[in-house]
Amino acid sequence: MSSPAGTPRVGVLYSRVRVEEKLLFEAFERRGVSLDLIDDQKLIFDITDVHHHPYQDYDVIVERCINHSRALYSLKILNDQGVKTVNTALCADICGNKLMTTSALAAAGVPQPRSLVAYTADSAIEAIERLGYPVVLKPTVGSWGRLLSKVNDRDAAETILEHKETLGSYHHSIFYIQEYVNKPGRDIRAFQVGPETICAIYRTSPNWITNTARGGSSSNCPVTPELADICTRAARACGGGVVALDLFEDPDRGLLVNEVNYTMEFRNSIAPTSVNIPEHMVDFCLQVARDGWNVANGWTDDGPQMASISLADGASA
Amino acid sequence: MAIQTASGQAPCPECFADITLTKVMQNEITQCPGCGVELEIVSIEPLTLALAPQEEEDWGE
Repeated sequence: MSSPAGTPRVGVLYSRVRVEEKLLFEAFERRGVSLDLIDDQKLIFDITDVHHHPYQDYDVIVERCINHSRALYSLKILNDQGVKTVNTALCADICGNKLMTTSALAAAGVPQPRSLVAYTADSAIEAIERLGYPVVLKPTVGSWGRLLSKVNDRDAAETILEHKETLGSYHHSIFYIQEYVNKPGRDIRAFQVGPETICAIYRTSPNWITNTARGGSSSNCPVTPELADICTRAARACGGGVVALDLFEDPDRGLLVNEVNYTMEFRNSIAPTSVNIPEHMVDFCLQVARDGWNVANGWTDDGPQMASISLADGASA
Repeated sequence: MAIQTASGQAPCPECFADITLTKVMQNEITQCPGCGVELEIVSIEPLTLALAPQEEEDWGE
């Protein structure tokens, strides 16, 4: 498949066509861009064939995989082959892992909840009690509020740590322990597209987990200068691109960045914000295709200096 | 090339209710209005539905 002369060649790497993908496809179609759909269930990369990269003629490939591992590895291969992608492997690597996100935000001085990492149950107990109950235990990789544990006392801590060590795979023994932020029954989901925080919602829930995937309700949240500033700094710290940030409102410390999501879902956020999120995403993708990653992100320097994974010259990060 | 879509009816593999589908794509996720199960359009010619895959550990945003 190819686009008419003069329009960029755009591919979309995807797993399933959810509401978000369909809205994106329609937004590209309105711009006259024909998409090549790349189904990750059928994808075969010949990594070692350096003379023939089937994707080298694409101006940009947009990643919309459901599996983090498929997204990360595909983006890594594509970026190493010099293919521009939205987002980049670097962004996926940082945002797809809470420990990596926390470390990147800390290095950039972005306010966030206090978080500790430990590798054994004994050291995890010590870390938990250094923070003080309650704390939140999170798997480093995961989404939609899956397997989050609010730990209220030592009995619960010992039980959960034993379960994680015994029943989980090896990465469940990387204990990521976050302070419990007593948020006002809601948190903020903000949408960052390149240099701009385009909109935000409040996610309100009687449950301490406020994800709309878990039943939290959404309403418009004004994008204040303070919110835009912290989101822009956090996005840059995580490699830039199109990301959705989750923030807590702490009564003493102000806004704290909790998570940064790199394959963002937005179906519940268009109506309350009246912002056409997929149109903004398409604008960004087309600018990456035309002008490159740094320009699309509004970076006048070389962008953040990060080397968590190796990327070849010519790649988009 | 324009994205291929199809419209028509297909049975839910869970409750066997006939589901009316409008402009759906291959790999699109939908929900059975009868039993509520999540479904995937696995073919648009002919329109065929299968149970959507179970959530995996690294699924998400």
